[in-house]
Amino acid sequence: MSENLDQRNRRIIKKLVLTVAGMFVFAFAMVPLYNVLCDITGLNGKTNSAAITHVPEGMEADEDRSVLVQFVTRNDPHMPWLFEPMERSVRVHPGEIKAVNFRVRNDTDRDMISQAIPSLAPGLAASHFKKTQCFCFDQQPLAAHSEQVMPMIFYIDPSIPKHVTTITLSYTLFDITDRASGRAGEVAAR
Amino acid sequence: MQSTLFHRAAALLTTLMLSGVAAADWTQRSAENMRPGVTALSQEVYSLHMIILWICTAIGLLVFGLIMWSVFAHRKSKNPVPAKFHENVVLEVVWTIIPFFILIGMAIPATRVLIKMDDSSEAALTVKVTGSQWKWHYEYLAYEDDNNIHVGFFSNLATKPEIWERPVLSGGLFPIGTAQERVGAEREPLSTDNENTFNYMLEVDNKLILPAGQKVRFLVTADDVIHSFWVPDFSVKKDAIPGFVNETWAEIPEDATGLYRGQCAELCGRLHAFMPIVVEVLPQEEFAAWLDEQKEAAASGPDMTPFANMEAAMEMGQGIYQRACAMCHGAEGQGGIGLSFQGSDLMNNPDRRQENIDILINGRGAMPSFRAQLSPKEIAAVITYQRHSFGNSGGDLIQPEDVAK
Amino acid sequence: MADHHEHHAPTGLKRWLFSTNHKDIGSLYLWFSFIMFLIGGLLAMVIRTELLYPGMQVVDPDFFNQMTTTHGLIMVFGAVMPAFVGLANWMIPLMIGAPDMALPRMNNWSFWILPAAFAILVSSVLMSAFGPGHPQAPNFGWTFYAPLSTTYGPASTDFFILSVHMMGISSIMGAINVIVTVLNMRAPGMTMMKMPLFVWTWLITAFLLIAVMPVLAGAVTMMLTDRHFGTSFFNAAGGGDPVLFQHIFWFFGHPEVYIMILPAFGVVSAIIPTFARKPLFGYASMVYATGSIALLSFVVWAHHMFAVGMPLAGMLFFMYMTMLISVPTGVKVFNWVATMWRGSLTFELPMKWAIAFVILFTIGGLSGLMLAITPADIQYHDSYFVVAHFHYVLVSGAIFSMFAAVYYWLPKWTGVMYDKFWGEVHFWSSLLSVNLLFFPMHFVGLAGMPRRYADYALQFADYNFWISIGGFWFGISQLFLLWVLIKACFLKKGEKATAEVWENPEGLEWTVPSPAPFHTFDTPPVVK
Repeated sequence: MSENLDQRNRRIIKKLVLTVAGMFVFAFAMVPLYNVLCDITGLNGKTNSAAITHVPEGMEADEDRSVLVQFVTRNDPHMPWLFEPMERSVRVHPGEIKAVNFRVRNDTDRDMISQAIPSLAPGLAASHFKKTQCFCFDQQPLAAHSEQVMPMIFYIDPSIPKHVTTITLSYTLFDITDRASGRAGEVAAR
Repeated sequence: MQSTLFHRAAALLTTLMLSGVAAADWTQRSAENMRPGVTALSQEVYSLHMIILWICTAIGLLVFGLIMWSVFAHRKSKNPVPAKFHENVVLEVVWTIIPFFILIGMAIPATRVLIKMDDSSEAALTVKVTGSQWKWHYEYLAYEDDNNIHVGFFSNLATKPEIWERPVLSGGLFPIGTAQERVGAEREPLSTDNENTFNYMLEVDNKLILPAGQKVRFLVTADDVIHSFWVPDFSVKKDAIPGFVNETWAEIPEDATGLYRGQCAELCGRLHAFMPIVVEVLPQEEFAAWLDEQKEAAASGPDMTPFANMEAAMEMGQGIYQRACAMCHGAEGQGGIGLSFQGSDLMNNPDRRQENIDILINGRGAMPSFRAQLSPKEIAAVITYQRHSFGNSGGDLIQPEDVAK
Repeated sequence: MADHHEHHAPTGLKRWLFSTNHKDIGSLYLWFSFIMFLIGGLLAMVIRTELLYPGMQVVDPDFFNQMTTTHGLIMVFGAVMPAFVGLANWMIPLMIGAPDMALPRMNNWSFWILPAAFAILVSSVLMSAFGPGHPQAPNFGWTFYAPLSTTYGPASTDFFILSVHMMGISSIMGAINVIVTVLNMRAPGMTMMKMPLFVWTWLITAFLLIAVMPVLAGAVTMMLTDRHFGTSFFNAAGGGDPVLFQHIFWFFGHPEVYIMILPAFGVVSAIIPTFARKPLFGYASMVYATGSIALLSFVVWAHHMFAVGMPLAGMLFFMYMTMLISVPTGVKVFNWVATMWRGSLTFELPMKWAIAFVILFTIGGLSGLMLAITPADIQYHDSYFVVAHFHYVLVSGAIFSMFAAVYYWLPKWTGVMYDKFWGEVHFWSSLLSVNLLFFPMHFVGLAGMPRRYADYALQFADYNFWISIGGFWFGISQLFLLWVLIKACFLKKGEKATAEVWENPEGLEWTVPSPAPFHTFDTPPVVK
């Protein structure tokens, strides 16, 4: 009886320990799951993080509608570069391919690497905002005391809901010099 | 919904119970109930709140009534022989189904208000609101047909640190000595009779200016940690998340010009309680005139006229120091979260003057960059002030051109 | 009952340190949680002292944040959870007729991890208050939202992470033990649907613990790697997302809330029938209600995040699901009322606490329903209204049920009746002060006072004064309980308790003598 009980105990314990391990893994699995969810729902206004290489065939600009796209740039408090859009807003027709430029300037004495993180409002529009080229897809190095113009090419999918008339695309520029050069692991703020 | 008998009865009861609830101005403050606010949306939220409150109160009173009746009538001395029942399928089904219908009754108006709350399209004005430790930054992006406005300013707590601050900033548990000894002066008594302290913790240096009668869209974001932009009177609360932009909106009615106050609602570190929001709502023409003025000032570039003398720089610098630096470095430069300035080498060594300027502009470690927040002239003023206060003697007067280099 | 076993009982320090006896470990858990309750309470006293008047009077705002953070952590993980584990250890074997817990050595381990875990956490507070240079203790709220706790966290955050990992391991081991015990160690004839409701609620709680404690462990592990190993789970600069942290945290956090309240439902469901002299109304529906609350708890987490920015469909889903939880919770409250209805009620202390629980928990439940309504929650969120809500649920809910349990089973544990006079003083004093403490928080919250504020605007001043008075009063009231416990546990003074203690109580625990001998049910009882 008691050996029997031991076996039964062990069977349950094994299942429970597996569940614990599974749930621990699940916590990490929530990271990609969450990203998928963000892509679908436009949560946090995340836009596509890799270039759209195929513009849908036969896409035509919908001349009857236009959407105002505003560009907002922000620097992380620890990022000393100058970073600004060369035009603060453009009016585009859905389906029209448009190029805009952003300017960065590194006034410091050191070569640095930056990463821009996009965020779009309203989040609902994020999945309809398609970028075929963007500086935000890659890390952007910039030598000390130099300036650069960074292009971004996009179109708005004609399937965008009619009531969306204004879109704001925000880029936050982070200094990732330490991170990119392998000096990660220090708590950033201290 | 607003006109149901139930709602009117509820509103009447509320008015009887609580005085001053419907007052639009924060100065006529409600201390007990949600503020109805001034926007159509906030008033709908308020009605919704009152409806649920009264439904919940009714349910609560029913349950407590039954318990009290049972306690009174079914105690052993009155009812020595207990009943034996312990099941009743009909009853159990009934008290599962009825709450379900009550919930549906609540969900319908809630859904309606929520859908309205979520629609931020067709705004006349777009303002970007950035939270940072521990101030707000407002930038006007677009107003009516002008989509290229480049106007922005920071908004800091105006209640002076010496009013609220305990000068021993070391984080210890027991302050030693009297307030007189520690501050050098008695603290101004906090009371509603005192004009200077009436808006204690709710006064800022630069107010967020908004037009009445037009839809305003807020783009909310943060620089460092998560903050939350909350103006109760507009029923606006949105988390400000570093790196991401959130959207919310308010449409303040034409007749609701005036001052509205809010506070940061998400724990953001040491001075979470010290970054209030003050909104001034102006009539449309006045707002347009104000915005034009700001645009002009922004277009003419920063003021680079040199300081005439040390006193002018020191006076300007002191004001900036109290508003932008004192929170971390202490009102007397004694340090806190930030370094102490009292007698430090950085402040006194003339060779490190340029380094001093560089740290302020570009930041270093936990010290954020003030490039966006302060003009060259302001930077010159505040560094001059730091280097000649708190017992420091850090060399010559610094001019705006020194900073621009 | 079996005297020849008594010589197995070790004595002195060894008895406690190496104990594998469910009763001893239960007592250790209970005393540990009571000490943590007093320490957490002390931190709350610092908070209320600072908030007594507007203006910063006593502590630095950062120290204030350290107080709110560690108060929350100690109360949740150190007081409420171990208290219920202690109760489970003591009562589950007695209730199901088992000789001990199924895994006694693991039981010992899962307890002794806890003092170490909390020594680490509390040491950071002591260093902050008294240490040289006053290094900051965790100061980011018990919800430790990134990036305040990652990029901006103080050095002691690593203490906190290690401590959370340890308490997580302890909770998981405790939960495994409960599940195995309940599934395998029941006396013959004790079918699942004959188990006391306390055992049922604990079984479901244990499954919740198994499901969500590893998720918490995952969250703090990600924090750790973000802080020290260059990952960017929660850092936008590296492609991460601070909002992701909140999703993971609340996926743990909401079931955690039910982990703290389900055993309380079990306790009250044991006490009310005894003093109503009437069987529990709707036993089966109680079991199903508990199960559905547990299941629903996995699909409501984002109701803590309505202000964070979510698609409309998401907000609607989480609003509806959250509202739905009030149906099974309502069923429970109605069942308790129906149990009392036409019973033959007496009001010994356990019953007083249980009735106070039902009423005050209902207040907390109803304010919870209000918080579920998303548009209104935009105004309630992160205000004192929320603070009032969860304190009604956790203090006058979970902790009151613990008090009820202590008064109910203390005679069984110690063999003597509790001191009735000081017990009554404790009850009335706590009941009045807890409402003075938490009820006005609804008002200041609605009026717009955000939570975790070290200083506040003047219109909140009057209520905050009274809230603080209520706080001090409630804190002092707990010293009466301390005296009651010392008198019964150590001085063994008081009326001798019979085996049954109360009038015809139901349950196997009342068939063994009082105090319950070191070994019970070596021969399993037969349940008809």
